[in-house]
Amino acid sequence: MVEITEEPIDIGAVIASVRYSGGGAVVTFLGTVRDNDEAGEVIALEYEAYAEMAVAQMRGIRAEIETRWGIDHVAIVHRVGRREVGEVSVVIAVASPHRLQAFDACRFAIDRIKEIVPIWKKELYPHGSQWKQA
Amino acid sequence: MHVRVVLFAMLREQKGVSELELDVAPGTTVGGLEARLYPSRQSGSVPGKLLYAVNQAYVTRDHELQDGDEVAFIPPVSGG
Repeated sequence: MVEITEEPIDIGAVIASVRYSGGGAVVTFLGTVRDNDEAGEVIALEYEAYAEMAVAQMRGIRAEIETRWGIDHVAIVHRVGRREVGEVSVVIAVASPHRLQAFDACRFAIDRIKEIVPIWKKELYPHGSQWKQA
Repeated sequence: MHVRVVLFAMLREQKGVSELELDVAPGTTVGGLEARLYPSRQSGSVPGKLLYAVNQAYVTRDHELQDGDEVAFIPPVSGG
């Protein structure tokens, strides 16, 4: 499962999509909207994606994980649009035979998303807003 | 020849549209198109570091455009 969506993410469905009988470890990462950043109080985030390319890049990350760890049970779902504090914006699930590889691959996935996937967020403050520059 | 430029985030807001249809001369590179669209990068509204994509794949500035290409200037990404 690799998706960009405006709808709430069904976390259970993302996890279920990677589970298999040989997968003794399932690691998940949730990215949620934090109420502050360097600039101070944040009331919401507005996510925008170059959806078609973002999905292609996320599939590329899955391929990188398969090459590096031999893990082919990876799901990545990123939500876009205006997200309020506490809402889930991204869910990653990785299943593998053992936990170390699953943790490493899951961390790699979120790090790579922040490097190469064309998604942007605008921070909305009590007064004003700003596109986050990396 | 004809290319379509897709705009996102601050670049979309700056131009006030999410797409531009442009005629370009054969041999035009991504960097050449950037120079035409953003002649002055000092304005502050365009981030210093852009990446480039053609038909949804990253390319370098010297990539030569083809008729019908979809071009994107990618400001620093911030997903997650």
